[in-house]
Amino acid sequence: MFQSIFILGLLAQPPANVAAFDTPNDEGSSITVTWEPSPADSGNLFLFRGYEIYRSDTPTGEFKCVGFAAAGATRFDDSNTDIQDGQEYFYVVRALTSSGHEDSPVAGPVASSAQWFNTQRVNVLAITLLISALVIYYIRRARAGDRLFVRKIAGLDAIEDAVGRSTEMGKPILYSFGLSYLNEVWTLASLSILHRVAEKCAEYSTRLLVPHYDPLVMSAAQETVKQAYAEAGRPDLYDERDSPFLTADQFGYAAGVDGMMMRERPGAVFWQGYFYAESLILAETGHSVGAIQIAGTTSVEQIPFFVVACDYTLIGEEMYAASCYLRPDPQMLGSLKGEDLTKAMILVFLAGAAVLGTAGVLSSHFFDYNGLNVLFENVVQWFNTF
Amino acid sequence: MNLLGTWIAAGLTIAILSFLYRDNPFYKFAEHLFVGVSAGYWVIYIWAFDVQPMLVDEFLRQVGIEKWLLVIPAVFGLMMMARWFPAAAWVSRWPISFTVGIAAGLALTAQVQGYIIPQIQATLLPVVSIGATTAETVGQSINNIVILVGVICALLYFYFSREHKGALKVGSKIGIVFLMIGFGASFGYTVMARISLLIGRLTFLLQVFGLR
Repeated sequence: MFQSIFILGLLAQPPANVAAFDTPNDEGSSITVTWEPSPADSGNLFLFRGYEIYRSDTPTGEFKCVGFAAAGATRFDDSNTDIQDGQEYFYVVRALTSSGHEDSPVAGPVASSAQWFNTQRVNVLAITLLISALVIYYIRRARAGDRLFVRKIAGLDAIEDAVGRSTEMGKPILYSFGLSYLNEVWTLASLSILHRVAEKCAEYSTRLLVPHYDPLVMSAAQETVKQAYAEAGRPDLYDERDSPFLTADQFGYAAGVDGMMMRERPGAVFWQGYFYAESLILAETGHSVGAIQIAGTTSVEQIPFFVVACDYTLIGEEMYAASCYLRPDPQMLGSLKGEDLTKAMILVFLAGAAVLGTAGVLSSHFFDYNGLNVLFENVVQWFNTF
Repeated sequence: MNLLGTWIAAGLTIAILSFLYRDNPFYKFAEHLFVGVSAGYWVIYIWAFDVQPMLVDEFLRQVGIEKWLLVIPAVFGLMMMARWFPAAAWVSRWPISFTVGIAAGLALTAQVQGYIIPQIQATLLPVVSIGATTAETVGQSINNIVILVGVICALLYFYFSREHKGALKVGSKIGIVFLMIGFGASFGYTVMARISLLIGRLTFLLQVFGLR
């Protein structure tokens, strides 16, 4: 009897210190409400059901329920689309018990607003600026005439061999961007590789087939091939019909390219771009017609299929490096060098952090000193983007 | 009608699968039908889900500067049509350049936030990790060492500014071993998924022909 009265007495208490404030680091139309849990919120879901959050335009007006927070919660983000930036709102948090409910005092006024900068993403800004600075520095050096070294990439020599082999066999060459779009970085790298392939085709008078999945990529590729043929002194060889649009459907495109390979029997096939489940279908057909195949993709899931079915595969960033190696203009070289230095800095940083973390674990375990551990945790926390 | 549709689907499935034997008129018919229908479908799709709601309807709905800002993508779209006229084909380079420039800029922050920072954070590990038991300590420490060595050596493989000689060669060789192990696991996993797709399609055919 006394126990029941005691529990009901606890249940009657509302959440304390309710605060409402504009949600930080967002695009507006969101207000965050926080509170200290009701004393009745002890984890027993039969006695305490949770919190209802109410909002109103005036402190004494009609409050409308805008959300529910489970027992144990101390925060609610009111991101309803009806919140207007600059408009003042008031909030009440209601504690729901098995025997009724209890409202907190009114919190507010509060108005939402959008922020220009997300302070939680300072790490992204810092690393982006670092990479950009390095790239700009190396581009300037390349423009000033510095010789920037790029190591040879296995598979690039094969481009010339593949074009030569096709020419000897009197067969065309097929080049595919896969399911790439023009607004993707690998498409830009692939366009550079296509330029080189087209130059070689023009040099050897070999027909180049480039079936397309995306109309914008088709336009850019046609421009690239046309320019390469002109640079090689054979603009007469360029035929726009060899660079057709097939379809923007994944397997429709795969069926079309497969049919093209079966009928045209290319001597060499280049898979350079982004691929999905159709990668093995395409590469297997290329293998079945006896073509030498050179693949390059950043799609981690599809690289294994190209590795097993193609003669050469450019793995991930090798594709970008290949485009630099083939067309070593200052912008491309500078970008690659900047990225390389960033990688070197990341390597040194990871090694240093591993030493710090290990020293932290050992000093904490053997000498009961936590300073290094705390420092290590702070470093890890700095890289948190959420 | 449903029955007819099912038989057409079964017939086209067999026509596509006939490619496994060799190129033939049935496959050619199914291929051309597939390519043509899907190309037509995407024209309607892009009109109904992109151009009409995002450009035409928005232009009619918006007022003020936001209405007239929509003229820019509309003009860019029309500039792409210039490719039909060889003398004015160069005009299409402007919207292409715009698209490429925007994409490169957006990709930089997306890569930093989506890949580089999470990868660094996941690799910030001590070499030794003390667990509740000796087995846990040894297991967790080995795990940390594998992750650290794997990431560092794979990064070395993708270092292009130096010839891979000496220590760099050893590191990059270890890196490619890690990569190939990862690719092998991914290959096996995906093949299993493809087999289940094949089973699904064969089950459909067996049902159509009343064998199941």
